[in-house]
Amino acid sequence: MTESTGGIEMEEDMSGTVKKFAFINRKAPYGTIYALESLEVVLISAAFDQDVSLVFADDGVYQLKKGQATKAVGMKNFSPTYRALEGYDIEKLYVEKSSMEARGLTTDDLIVDVEVLDSAEMAALLEEQDVVLSF
Amino acid sequence: MGFEINGKTYETDEEGYLVNLAEWDEEAAKYLAIEEKVEMTESHWEVINFLREYYNDYQIAPAVRVLTKAIGKKLGPEKGNSKYLYELFPYGPAKQACKIAGLPKPTGCI
Repeated sequence: MTESTGGIEMEEDMSGTVKKFAFINRKAPYGTIYALESLEVVLISAAFDQDVSLVFADDGVYQLKKGQATKAVGMKNFSPTYRALEGYDIEKLYVEKSSMEARGLTTDDLIVDVEVLDSAEMAALLEEQDVVLSF
Repeated sequence: MGFEINGKTYETDEEGYLVNLAEWDEEAAKYLAIEEKVEMTESHWEVINFLREYYNDYQIAPAVRVLTKAIGKKLGPEKGNSKYLYELFPYGPAKQACKIAGLPKPTGCI
């Protein structure tokens, strides 16, 4: 593989080690910096060609809610960035079922396509990860 | 830091990126291009306009790999490759094109 970018050598060095990374998002999108920081780390991780999964649980489900109006709180609405993840080859997005239902949401309320997992399925997903990062 | 064109001032950060995206206009792009020693042609504008649209849709500046792929999808494979983009922006499409387009430095730009 030859590519005239500054990152080639690093990519070649790392090509043998693909790990499964799960990023768990538990917090509401605004009010703390966790959601935005998690998203930035996820975007950076995409440069290293790892096997990345994103999990949204508890109030973290709100990060994917359609129609976020942030002007009044003086924050940038970064929710459209979740729609860019596909272009970064990050396509495994999971939402925890009971968290979503407890907040009166369905997948129709979310800005991206996700897979909904119940707690047993979620446990199995996390069990098979090499690295789990919680935000 | 910043610069001024026809009485309008533009604020920039320490690396020369526009601080306020909303201030961007063609005049600013032309100035930033001169700073980057890039001679703007129609092909350059095509990439700049593509980046503006991408940012408008997704609120981020794309990584080079993502930009390359997205351009290929929209403008065709003869433009969606590193060689083409580096010919237009020799010091890196992410760094130079994003700067001229008034976007922040791409996240994950390594």
